[in-house]
Amino acid sequence: MYTMNGAQLIIKMLERQGVELIAGIPGGANLPLYDALFASSAIKHILCRHEQGAGFLAQGISRSTGKAAVCFATSGPGATNILTAIADAYLDSIPVVCITGQVPASLIGTDAFQEVDTYGMSIPVTKHNNLVRSVTDLLYIIPKAFELALSGRPGPVLIDVPKDIQTAMISFLKWPQPGCCLEQKPTDSSQLAMAAEMINTAKRPILCLGGGIIHAGASEAARALIEKSSIPATMTLMGLGALAADHPLSLGMLGMHAARSTNMALQHCDLFIAAGARFDDRATGKIVEFCPEARVIHMDIDPSELSKLKTAHIALAGDVKESLHALLPTLEPNGRKIWRNYIEVLQEMYPLTSPEAVVPEKPYGLILKISELLQENGFVATDVGKHQMWTAQVFPFTRPRQLLTSGGLGTMGFGLPAAIGAALAFPDRQVVLFTGDGSLQMNIQELATAVEQQVNVKIIVMNNKSLGLVRQQQNLFYQKQYFACDFQIDIDFAAIAKGFGMKAFNAEPGCNVAELLSVILTQPGPCLINVPVGVEEEVYPMVPPGASNSIMLGGCNAEKCKC
Amino acid sequence: MQKNVNVEMIDKENRSAVMVLELMVNNHPGVMSHICGLFSRRAYNLEGIVCMPIGAGELSRMWLQVNEELKLEQVIKQVQKLPDVVSVARHAAGHPVFSGLAAFM
Repeated sequence: MYTMNGAQLIIKMLERQGVELIAGIPGGANLPLYDALFASSAIKHILCRHEQGAGFLAQGISRSTGKAAVCFATSGPGATNILTAIADAYLDSIPVVCITGQVPASLIGTDAFQEVDTYGMSIPVTKHNNLVRSVTDLLYIIPKAFELALSGRPGPVLIDVPKDIQTAMISFLKWPQPGCCLEQKPTDSSQLAMAAEMINTAKRPILCLGGGIIHAGASEAARALIEKSSIPATMTLMGLGALAADHPLSLGMLGMHAARSTNMALQHCDLFIAAGARFDDRATGKIVEFCPEARVIHMDIDPSELSKLKTAHIALAGDVKESLHALLPTLEPNGRKIWRNYIEVLQEMYPLTSPEAVVPEKPYGLILKISELLQENGFVATDVGKHQMWTAQVFPFTRPRQLLTSGGLGTMGFGLPAAIGAALAFPDRQVVLFTGDGSLQMNIQELATAVEQQVNVKIIVMNNKSLGLVRQQQNLFYQKQYFACDFQIDIDFAAIAKGFGMKAFNAEPGCNVAELLSVILTQPGPCLINVPVGVEEEVYPMVPPGASNSIMLGGCNAEKCKC
Repeated sequence: MQKNVNVEMIDKENRSAVMVLELMVNNHPGVMSHICGLFSRRAYNLEGIVCMPIGAGELSRMWLQVNEELKLEQVIKQVQKLPDVVSVARHAAGHPVFSGLAAFM
């Protein structure tokens, strides 16, 4: 017979789940949980400086490891603060278990101090959520939360625990089994056979690898299929790293900021195979004009994604790794010389970068320089903005989970806490964060967490003193009427970082950026480097929001392409 | 927008886009929020809802009058995804649950 209180039960069950790190902030309504956590030697608590930071830190752990990560927040403002990070996890299908404190059950509904309807507010941004009504329910709810977070399409689960449930005593005879990822139903074999036939007869196929490939651990299976049937493959932002950027069949990212050649090839493909991708508007552009000549094979573990936005001729519901494995032996080897030659010509005619753009003083050059210096097993985190798109465009990602980025929700402030999370999960590896001055200011308080934990995170602030992508849209689509996008003051980010006790550098104009970068990357611990970036540097090419991917503005070969 | 245009067209042709979904759900205070929240945030038209506990009160049966033709498959898939939904069955319009209720209107 085991006897303990609800809070101790939660901590014990988290230990039994194998949780080693919890990010969070204590407050009135979750203090019993913290009291129980104090007694745990298996779990290390990471004290953040804002609950949103705690949510993103947990995401950094989860995105880098693939395991479910845990974060804690108190009731009221703690819960509302963490919800942005939970919504972000929901849109990118990241397994996170968030445990919030709630006012005692007797006070729920009375507008008590720090009471909000966390359960009601979290419904639309979680895969599932619970308001715990009895301490015995925890025996079922906690393992179930992990099972739901990890099984099928992963996602965040929130558990709201009233304070009196945390202090209530419980006696029980047997520990429940820890929750784990459940096996999926196998993919329909007749649909698989039809898909193989469609791929074998296609003249101009393109495979699109989404975040689902990374969640499923299916990048090897995808590569085998790509190579056997010579299928050129593009990747969504969430899928970057699924196929090495230098692979001869890699087309890089598709969509709004893709290379011209990639979107052009998509316009001409006769078969579009989406694998773990969900036809996001940033990837497809105007959906009715996306891949207009193509039949569609869609593989997804979530049946509700199939034919949600674009009707699939063949819908393969199931684990994408299993589907790819099942397809492989049925595919005929095929060189696809004409199609590959056509794409190579496009790539030669419309390169993404130019020799002038890849010098270390320019954004692309800076990113490429860091890619040379970063250890092979290192991680790249980004915030949201121009720096994120430049990184997605040119960083030569070689493996899944190498890139940590906020795709679906596009949350500025994601990068720093997510980078810290990855660094805590992999203390022996380097983590580089590409951020902007706008994004960094949205969770800048987590510099304190980075210093406190002495994580190996190198922060590259690509500082254009503005909200760069907003400014770019005002430039292109609002008659250059720049409003509320340029910051009116000069912020000394190096001085701020030093104020938190972090090593920091300013890349002064004329200094040797490459040399400075190699110095900071070889030093242990957190470090920030502020690199000025011209405000006029834009992310090109760009498909206007809502337009077809055939309309691409700007870039080094815009004049060659009148489409 | 286009969805509504199509629905009107169907009505004119005197064919109904109304369907009734019968769900078995876990019975707890949040389950209605989950179902109604799904319909509102995904902009599905939900016209009527009836819910009663069954058996010992662990489960409830719920009937939803849904006005969606184009998105019906999508609606059903999304409803099936909710962990509190045990089963989903579909019926044509004019289900006795709603025709019986109409007498009180």
